[in-house]
Amino acid sequence: MSEIASIQPTSRRSRKKSTGVRQHNLVGYLFLSPWLIGFFLFTLLPIVASFWLAFTDYNIFSPPKWIGLANFQRMFFNDPRYWRSVRATFYYVFTAVPLRLVVALLIAMLLNTKRKLVSLYRAAYYAPSIIGGSVAVAVMWRQVWGGQNLGLINYILKALGLPYVNWLSNPRTAIWTLITLAAWQFGSPMLIFLAGLKQIPTELYEAAAIDGAGGWNRFVKITLPMLSPVIFFNLVMQMISGFLVFTQAYLVTGGRPLDSTLFYALYLYLRAFEVHEMGYGSAMAWVLLLVIAFFTALVFKSSSAWVYYESGGLGE
Amino acid sequence: MSMTELRTPAIPRTPRLSKKNREALKSAIYHLFVAASCFIMLYPILWMIASSLKPTEDIWTTTASLIPRRPTLEHYINGWSGFGTITFSTFYKNSLFFATVATIASVASSACVAYAFAKIRFAGRGFWFSVMLLTLMLPGQVLMIPQYIVFSKLGWINSYLPLLVPRFFGNAFFIFLIVQFMRGLPDELDEAAEIDGCSKVGIFFKITLPLIQPALITAAIFSFYWTWEDFLGPLLYLQDPHLYTVSLAIRAYSDPSAGTNWGSVFAMSSLSLLPVFVIFVAFQRYLVEGISTTGLKG
Repeated sequence: MSEIASIQPTSRRSRKKSTGVRQHNLVGYLFLSPWLIGFFLFTLLPIVASFWLAFTDYNIFSPPKWIGLANFQRMFFNDPRYWRSVRATFYYVFTAVPLRLVVALLIAMLLNTKRKLVSLYRAAYYAPSIIGGSVAVAVMWRQVWGGQNLGLINYILKALGLPYVNWLSNPRTAIWTLITLAAWQFGSPMLIFLAGLKQIPTELYEAAAIDGAGGWNRFVKITLPMLSPVIFFNLVMQMISGFLVFTQAYLVTGGRPLDSTLFYALYLYLRAFEVHEMGYGSAMAWVLLLVIAFFTALVFKSSSAWVYYESGGLGE
Repeated sequence: MSMTELRTPAIPRTPRLSKKNREALKSAIYHLFVAASCFIMLYPILWMIASSLKPTEDIWTTTASLIPRRPTLEHYINGWSGFGTITFSTFYKNSLFFATVATIASVASSACVAYAFAKIRFAGRGFWFSVMLLTLMLPGQVLMIPQYIVFSKLGWINSYLPLLVPRFFGNAFFIFLIVQFMRGLPDELDEAAEIDGCSKVGIFFKITLPLIQPALITAAIFSFYWTWEDFLGPLLYLQDPHLYTVSLAIRAYSDPSAGTNWGSVFAMSSLSLLPVFVIFVAFQRYLVEGISTTGLKG
C-alpha cells in the first residue's frame, strides 16, 4: 500500500515557447512505450472489465451472467455485513487518519530544531513505519494486545495492579488495536511535515516574537497557515490509504469480533476470493472508488477555504 | 516551558538561572522527553526480538522484560526448519528472487519512461503525464479482480508471473520520482551532446543514467521494501507452500490452529525484518530525501 503525489508543480511549460522546438515523437513514444503498454494492459483494460463485471454474476468457473443492478441492490438493501464493513471503515478513517496526522505534526515540530542527536531521533520515530506493512509486525501486534495469550499490554496492566481487558475479543476495543497500529506508523507524514516546517522562514517567528505573540499564537497564526498545503497533501494521501487498509486487519483481527473490524477492503477480498463472487466484488470495488473520489473531491473543494498558498503556489 | 515560570520569585533562595543554564535545562528536558518517547516507539520491536531469545517458558512469564534471563537461539534453529518439509531457506530464496527481479524490472523500466516525460518533447506528453498521475490515486481493488481472472485464465496461478510481469512496464511512483529528479538536471548537457551528434538513446545511456543514480537508488530501496513486505499479491497468487514468500510463511507459521510456538514465530519475524533494517541504516539519507521531496511512502 503506497502512495505518492505531486508536492511540487509538475509542468514546466515555459520552454515550449522558444522558437524552432523540434518534437521527437518517435523516440518519445519509444521510451514511453513500457508504461503505455502496461497502462492499457494492466490498468485501462481491467477498469473497463471491472465496470462490466459489476453488473454480472460471475464465479470464475462458469461464464458471467448479466444481472443488471442486482449486485448493487443486494449490497445496499440485503447485505447487513456490507453496512457493518462500511461502518468499520468510516470509524477507522475518521479516527486513525486524524490521530496519525496529529502525532506526525507534533513529532515533526519536536524534531524541527538544530539540537544534537536529532537525526538519530528521526530514525527511531521512522523505524516502525518502514516495517509497518509487514506480516512480522502484524503478527507481533496481535501478541501485544492479546491473541491466545495474555499479551504484552495486559501483562503490564496486571503487573501495575490494574484491571485488564480482552482487547481483541471485545467489539468495542478490537478496532482500537488497529487504530493504534496506524498511529504508531506516522513516519512518512512526519517526514513530509518536517520538510514543510523547514521551509517556513524563521523571520516570521522572530517578527511575531518581537510583537509579543506567544507560542500558541505563533502556532495558529504562522505554523498552521504556512503548513496548510502540506497538511492538505498528507490528509488526502492518508485518507485514501485509510479507506484501503487490508493487510493489518486481515492479520491482526481478521475482521472479528462480530465484524467490528471487517474493513471494506477485507470484506471485498472475502467476497471476491474466498467465495468467488467476482461480480459482487467488482461492484463493491466501484462503490469504493466512487466513495474515495467523493471524499477526495470534498477535501479539494474545501481546500480553498483553509489551504494558504503563497504567491506562485507551493513548492516553487 | 515558559520563561516566566523559571523566574517566579516564590522561592527566593533559588538563584535566578542565567541564560546559559536555562538553555541547558531546556535542552536536558527536550532530550529526556524525546529519548523516552523514542524508546516507547521502539519498545514493541525490541520486545519481539527479546522474546525470540527467551526460552519458551519465559516468554509469557517475564513478558515485559527486554533482557532475556537465559538467552537462547533455540527458536531460530527450530523456526528455520519451517513446516512440513519446507525450511525457511526456501522462503528466503523465493522472497529474494521476487524482490530482486521485481526491483530491477521496475526501476529500469521506470527510468526509461521517466526519461521520455522529463527530457523528450513529443505530442501528448502533458496528457499522458496527467493520466499517469491519476493512476496513482486509483485504488488497486478496482484492478485486482479482472487481473486475477485474466492471470488465472492464462494458467499463471501458483507462479511468480502475475507478480513479476506487470513490473516490467514501469511503476508510476518511481516514474514520478525519477522525473522530479531529472528535471533538476541542466538541459545544457543534453544539448551539447546533441550538437555533437549524440542520439536521444545515446544521451539516455551515457549522460542521464549516470547522473540520476541517487533517484535510482531511492526507487530501488522502496521497490525492495514493497516487494519484501508485499502480502496481498502473494496471498492471491501463491497457494503452493513451496512458492511461499517469507511473509506468507510467517503468516502460515503463526496460524492459531497450528498450536503455535511463539518463540519461533517471533524469531522468524525478527529475522524477516533484518534486511529491511540493514538497508534502512545504510541508505537512510536516500529514504528521507525520497519521502520529503515526493511524498513517497515507505
